[in-house]
Amino acid sequence: MNVFDVMGPVMVGPSSSHTAGAVKIGLTARKLLQEEVLSADILLHGSFLATGRGHGTDKALIAGLLGMKPDDERIPNSFQIADELGMKYTFSGTELRHAHPNSVLLKLKGRAGRELEVIGSSQGGGAIKINKIDGLDANFCACYPTLIVHNADQPGHISEVTTLLAKHGINIATMQLYRDKRGGRAVMVLECDQEIASQVIHTLEKMEGILKVTYLSLEEKDEFSIIGRDHKKK
Amino acid sequence: MSFRSLEEIIRKSKETGKAFWEIVMEDDMNERAASSQDSFHKMKLLYLSMRDANAAYDKNLKSASELVGGDGEKVHQALKAGKLLSGTFGGEVIAKALKMGENNACMKRIVAAPTAGSCGVLPAVLLTYEEQMGEEIDRMVEAMFVASGIGVVISVRAFLAGAAGGCQAEIGSASAMAAGALAYLQGGDGECIAHASALTLKNLLGLVCDPVAGLVEVPCVKRNVVGAINAIASADMAIAGVRSQIPPDEVIDAMREVGEAMPSALRETGEGGLAGTPTGIKIRDRVLMQ
Repeated sequence: MNVFDVMGPVMVGPSSSHTAGAVKIGLTARKLLQEEVLSADILLHGSFLATGRGHGTDKALIAGLLGMKPDDERIPNSFQIADELGMKYTFSGTELRHAHPNSVLLKLKGRAGRELEVIGSSQGGGAIKINKIDGLDANFCACYPTLIVHNADQPGHISEVTTLLAKHGINIATMQLYRDKRGGRAVMVLECDQEIASQVIHTLEKMEGILKVTYLSLEEKDEFSIIGRDHKKK
Repeated sequence: MSFRSLEEIIRKSKETGKAFWEIVMEDDMNERAASSQDSFHKMKLLYLSMRDANAAYDKNLKSASELVGGDGEKVHQALKAGKLLSGTFGGEVIAKALKMGENNACMKRIVAAPTAGSCGVLPAVLLTYEEQMGEEIDRMVEAMFVASGIGVVISVRAFLAGAAGGCQAEIGSASAMAAGALAYLQGGDGECIAHASALTLKNLLGLVCDPVAGLVEVPCVKRNVVGAINAIASADMAIAGVRSQIPPDEVIDAMREVGEAMPSALRETGEGGLAGTPTGIKIRDRVLMQ
């Protein structure tokens, strides 16, 4: 526990778990989609469903999907901003199996056609976890540059990916492996110490047996501050 | 954080001849590989954000449930009209604690210190102290480090979340942090700081977390007031030489034990206590219908 885990963060209220954490889940999902969100179906689970509304969890999730951070004063107006920008969204309740009480399933479509399903949970104090991506386990904190590779469950893919990262001087901090069944769809989740360049991601995407590559960058990129300056002035 | 006790911070402070706040800051520098300027500046930004949040209070705002809003302004007006017993310092602290709690409930920007629910305690006492005593901002930032050091030890030995240990862990911890900060500002040494926080925490042991409809509104906003006033009383006692008969670290351990023994209905589930009263249930049903 660091000094600044206790003091701070600066955030829009009322709840670090139900508001700040929800913004972070939305923002992380948006970054994983790697493009602007065209539509989002949002399914709330557990305490997010029960008390989310009174805590602004719904507005917070939309704010994150729009690219806002937890201290953004426009969070209370996120519905209106989403409407103005033509982002469609629906809310409903769901029961997720073995999920944290503060969980949400986000079904996203991007403006350029990418699709992504994310289950995220708010762990308390503003910390979050991305639990699943496209139905497969992921379990990362979104606090490192994170590479998620879905591949056919065949020999060799792990070594291909890790060799490529090593060649580009990227150190792997943690690595997790999951699969739905033997010979089926597998996923590797790699939390890294360095950012991965987009050409490395593209090389990965073209490899045989690699089904989908999703990357979470922690760099602040202009294309993510999408809401533009006009809204910021309001 | 390398500290597991207040005792350790005090010992290190004595050994090195550095102030309590410096020991805390150096620990952050080590952990984040940051310079002293970086660490100090980061804390200063949090303090300035507290100032901004206080200034941004809007007396006309209501929370989504309409349970909260406008109370800080009422106290402020009553203070100006000379109707309050608590004097200019105490009255201002009460008003500021309410305002920040209301800011939080109304989805405005606040500084979690240590949590969002307890965000009114520290700014209420620190901003009032700065205004009324004409204190230098750098000393206010030093006091923030003192408060953080206490918070870190509480988080390591016990907890800071209402869901884990009841409101004693949120408002109680915020109050202990604020008392230590005030004791420092009033010239107290490490021992005085630790005892100010111990006296504070003892006074709030057993406080349950029973939010109506599960919202950070009732009774959370007003409990920020008791946290702030309790901090002033305890800091005053400590400065006068009053000491906790139970050592500060053991008081924190007691808080943990009490929190662990607390039934879950009284740990932020919105079931027991005030949340479970007939009116609490009526409010919950109305809010859920919205």
